[in-house]
Amino acid sequence: MVVSQFLVLAAALFAMGVYGLLIRRNIVLILLSVELMLNAVNINLVAFESMIVTTEALGQVFAIFVITVAAAEVGVGLAIVLMIFRNRQSANVDELDLMRY
Amino acid sequence: MRGFLYDLAILAVDEGKAIEAGDGGFWADTAGIMLITPFIAFLAILAVGKKLKHNGGEIAVAALAINLLWASVLFVMNMTGGVLTETTFEIARIGSDLVFELGWAVDGLSIMMYFLVNFVGLLVFIYAIGYMKGDVRVHWFFAAFSLFAGAMLILVGAPNLVQLIIGWEGVGLASYFLIGFYWDDLDNVKAGNKAFMTNKVADVGLILGAIILGVSIGTFDFGELSKLAAEHDEALGAVALVGGLLLFFGAMGKSAQFPLHIWLPDAMAGPTPVSALMHAATMVTAGIYLMARTFPLFQNFDDLAGDGRMWMVAIGTITLFAIGLLALVADDIKKVLAYSTVSQLGYMMTAVAAGGYTAGLFHLFTHAFFKALLFLGAGSVIHAVHSNNMSDMGGLRKYMPTTYWTFVVGSLALAGIIPLAGFWSKDEILATLGHEGFTLVMWIAIAGAFVTAFYMTRAVALTFHGEYKGHGEPHESPPIMTGPLVALAIPSMLFGFLNVPGLSLPGIGNFTEWLGVRVVAMGDYHPESVDWGLAAIGLAAALLGIALGWRLWGPDKDTQAARDRFNVPVLYPLLRRKYYIDDAALGIVGATTGPIARFIDWTNTYIFDGIVNAVGGMTKWLGGITYNFLDQLGVDGVFNGLSAAADSAGSSVRKLQTGRVQQYASGFVAGALILVVLFVFVI
Repeated sequence: MVVSQFLVLAAALFAMGVYGLLIRRNIVLILLSVELMLNAVNINLVAFESMIVTTEALGQVFAIFVITVAAAEVGVGLAIVLMIFRNRQSANVDELDLMRY
Repeated sequence: MRGFLYDLAILAVDEGKAIEAGDGGFWADTAGIMLITPFIAFLAILAVGKKLKHNGGEIAVAALAINLLWASVLFVMNMTGGVLTETTFEIARIGSDLVFELGWAVDGLSIMMYFLVNFVGLLVFIYAIGYMKGDVRVHWFFAAFSLFAGAMLILVGAPNLVQLIIGWEGVGLASYFLIGFYWDDLDNVKAGNKAFMTNKVADVGLILGAIILGVSIGTFDFGELSKLAAEHDEALGAVALVGGLLLFFGAMGKSAQFPLHIWLPDAMAGPTPVSALMHAATMVTAGIYLMARTFPLFQNFDDLAGDGRMWMVAIGTITLFAIGLLALVADDIKKVLAYSTVSQLGYMMTAVAAGGYTAGLFHLFTHAFFKALLFLGAGSVIHAVHSNNMSDMGGLRKYMPTTYWTFVVGSLALAGIIPLAGFWSKDEILATLGHEGFTLVMWIAIAGAFVTAFYMTRAVALTFHGEYKGHGEPHESPPIMTGPLVALAIPSMLFGFLNVPGLSLPGIGNFTEWLGVRVVAMGDYHPESVDWGLAAIGLAAALLGIALGWRLWGPDKDTQAARDRFNVPVLYPLLRRKYYIDDAALGIVGATTGPIARFIDWTNTYIFDGIVNAVGGMTKWLGGITYNFLDQLGVDGVFNGLSAAADSAGSSVRKLQTGRVQQYASGFVAGALILVVLFVFVI
């Protein structure tokens, strides 16, 4: 089975994620971009698993771990976003520069 | 398992004292329940407290009620036959022989403390249900309060130094929560911080002391430590001075000894029930308890470590007298009681350090009841007039009779009026000080008894007599608050008889025996019979204080408040001018030394000045060279240069911290890309 097409897809997804992470101003969209990057990794994991088949199905297991952690991270992240929005009526990262020198 | 405490008792048998103690059976084996229930209550209140009628107060009360059952059964068993056992579980082992255990000791000392903490705690908790009604965050109050009691029980149940430190820090943490309970006001937060920080300073002493003792002698166990000390063990001798003084330093912090007492008056920022528990049965007694637990170490201090004992007695004496005086000029009724607590802790510390194990602990025991009573009474007053200041009170006798009478009982007990509890315990301290050869200290303690009576009379007169000066119509507190007051007034009146020298109550003996002197050889002194001469002097000092206080602050309507500020004849200027000691010293020195001074002046001017001037000129010249070249150019130059470099580096680098997350992320991505390029193309 050819792996490279999956890797190209994953790389493209990852690049999109990085682009979104750096360019978008809304925190929610930034969180979405992070999700894209995590899913790119998942595709890589599953693709490599299909290439080097392990008895424990490590690739899939790891992918599931990544999905779980991502879900938890989004839960915490969105809660923080909600609180920030409530306090400052804005969810734009360039307006949140309180933590500076 | 009977443990090292039991070994210590065997030692007592060697010295010809009878060993009479059971192992406590079921109740001692399960005594650990007392150490756990407050923590269960803590979690339960946090979980469901908000939904209950009293915001979790009922859970806290239930937990301590269960505890009091155990404590009472053990107390009675100890009265009638003596209980001595300990239960420990090994938690960890450091190296081959340094064992870390958790568990609970059940002996006279810890049973006394179990009873005290749970009895006073239960009454204060019940009171708090009424006091905190309608206040903010009540469920959190009860949760933290349970934590406070639980940590104290861990502390007093500790069979070794490590568990004691765990409880010790827990008490500190819970007190921080409770002192800063009204954290909407920054002052209260600061008071909590101050208490925590001051205690931390002392905690360093405790922890270092524990490490030094534990590592040097290979055990943290109190029983074994005490046994080595009682046997004058060589291995202990070398570290006893350092370790013992460090433990004492720790005790100074928690038990508010001069000069680490500063946190305690500020700790009044918390709700009044907190002050009552903190000043009576928990927290401040921890230091005295530590000294008592490691008593053989301090008892043999002079043999083991020179005259270290003297310093401890001195600190206790300064505390009991000098801090007591401050209660005379405070307007906040809780501060009067706080300074009074510090002063009474001075008594206990002096007694324990001077060798009066039973005397110090008996005072701790009786003081817990009447000081809790006084604080709860003050809380009842504050609840009624909505102010802490005695200048807003006055005349409350008519409005709040129950509070008034119980407060008077507490004040008389504290002042040491026969036959209330404080009289017997204070008298025993005086007798012990006299017997151990600290005669001067004994007289200072008698003077302290005068001061105690004096400021308590002032507090009673300004609060309850004269005209009401506050706003609104004060009213008596609800029964849930006056009930505990009455319940505490009874032991304040009667418990002095538990330890009258020479009196052994039929079937149950007396406090001295319960504390375990009948099973533990510690060289404790206990008077055989009452020294009525000394007792009369102590009583006379107290009566004089009351009479003088009443003369000054009695119900003279208008002038009462004015006199409190400025018109106190003799005494106020005396306090203000520090007893004229400074003035007197200057006067005496000035009058007698004139002729001598003139002679010395002559020789000085004509003989020494020449030499001095020459030497001085040389020195100044040398100093100038040193200053200009070595110091300014050399040392300062290096440091200025270094700090300037650090400063400029800092101010240029800090511009990188823009607070913009995406700039950081860009740097991150750029770094990752560089690594990718390196890994793929270069390596």
